[in-house]
Amino acid sequence: MKPISRRKLITTGLAATAGVAGLSVAARLAASHGLIPPDSGGIYGPGETLTYAAQRLLTRHSLAREFPRSMISSAPFANAVSPMNDAFKRHQAAGFADWRLTVGGMVAHPTSFSLADLQSLPVRSQITEVACEEGWSYIAEWIGTPLYEVLNAVGVLPHARYVAYFSIDKDWWESIDMADALHPQTFLTLGMNDGDLPVPFGGPLRLRVPRQLGYKSVKYITHLTVADSLKNLGSTQGSPEADFTYAWYAGI
Amino acid sequence: MPETSQLTNPAASRHSTIVRVTHWLTVVAFFALLVTGGEIVISHPRFYWGEVGNVNTTPLFSLPIPASRGTVPTGFATLPDQNGWSRYLHFQSAWALVLTGLVYVIASLLSGHFKRDLIPAQGERSFSALRAVVARYIRRAPPQPADARSYNVAQRIAYLGVIFVLFPLILWTGLAMSPAFTAALPIAASALGGRQSARTIHFFVSWSLLLFVFVHVAMVIHAGFRSRMRAMITGRLAENQPLPQPVLQPVLQPVLRPVPQEEA
Repeated sequence: MKPISRRKLITTGLAATAGVAGLSVAARLAASHGLIPPDSGGIYGPGETLTYAAQRLLTRHSLAREFPRSMISSAPFANAVSPMNDAFKRHQAAGFADWRLTVGGMVAHPTSFSLADLQSLPVRSQITEVACEEGWSYIAEWIGTPLYEVLNAVGVLPHARYVAYFSIDKDWWESIDMADALHPQTFLTLGMNDGDLPVPFGGPLRLRVPRQLGYKSVKYITHLTVADSLKNLGSTQGSPEADFTYAWYAGI
Repeated sequence: MPETSQLTNPAASRHSTIVRVTHWLTVVAFFALLVTGGEIVISHPRFYWGEVGNVNTTPLFSLPIPASRGTVPTGFATLPDQNGWSRYLHFQSAWALVLTGLVYVIASLLSGHFKRDLIPAQGERSFSALRAVVARYIRRAPPQPADARSYNVAQRIAYLGVIFVLFPLILWTGLAMSPAFTAALPIAASALGGRQSARTIHFFVSWSLLLFVFVHVAMVIHAGFRSRMRAMITGRLAENQPLPQPVLQPVLQPVLRPVPQEEA
């Protein structure tokens, strides 16, 4: 083997130093601009961080594709859900008259909303696609209150970074960043295809996040927590799905 | 001819460092994508055309394999769910492939690799030249010494097709399945006929790439596994050939002039 030349050694050393310095500056910049996902550690962290950062930089304000009414699926698929717990069955028997959505955490006015309260806020509709990470999809019209209307009503504190949302089954919850929480298409969904939201599709209340895959659209929502960190929510990764090695960010 | 003059230098590398490093990084990323892509497919081994498709709609075709989801009617027992890590590794490998590809394409444009090694040579841009090469393969004619030093027209077309057609297509169809990406660029999905069309095309392009790999490896074995592997790992064609010296860009350093080595 030929010895490495001094010039080569020096240029390689300089290039490596510049690379490391550049990376650390990039990491710091990314963190200050909210481009690091909560699951950025571990062996899949680099790819996940690249995906999240790239999509946040390129798509922060983009709207999920909306479709003409003629493309609404005649045979949507609700997917299987775990058996309903007793609390849900009691609500279902009562026609969901007492269903409440409590909102707490980093908000100025923690509030409990009835479904009628949510309906008294501006209600909008969108015809968007539900895409499951497994590969299947369907299009439906979703009617509901944009999440930002609820967040504005309770007053989100300035340092808030995430909104965690919990179903009536305490093990089923998810979280999103403020970019998706304040996004105009993120709905607390009350209706589907001009009717009430059917129970298999998440009725009476489902959080729809149409720019992410289906598993981020949790059904049977009863509680929202606004937080600056996901560490104290019972998961290191921002959701039980993420703890089961599913990516926290599901924009891809 | 520049390519032969370079190769008359016995110390010149058959494959440049950039080609060798990006080749093997691509191999690793491709196999990670292949395995994890297979894992993701078995969670829903049904394919559709258009924007939407699910178990309540008629598939274009379904694979006669078990699924990792009980909601898919396959007639087989349900396999364990492997999608979590598979999806993580799939996208991480996709990033590795894209970044490797970018380095390869930019370096190759700068070094003239495409023009010198991959775009069919002037006299070979004809069907008869292609036919002659294919006929040689069909006759299983032994490889000529010249074959070790440059690509024939069939190889050039195959490599250009993989680099500039199949890889861009698999990337595009992959991104067309991303709800956030299509929010920013709806035409990425609509130009393909919809999300499910993109998924189906993605599946067939994967098979095309796998077919290329099979043929590629078969050809490497046919041409001489040891010498071709040596050339792609060390850059040397023959065992007794001296270690390759880095060939600087012709603009900076005439190839034939020996590169002065400093004592370290």
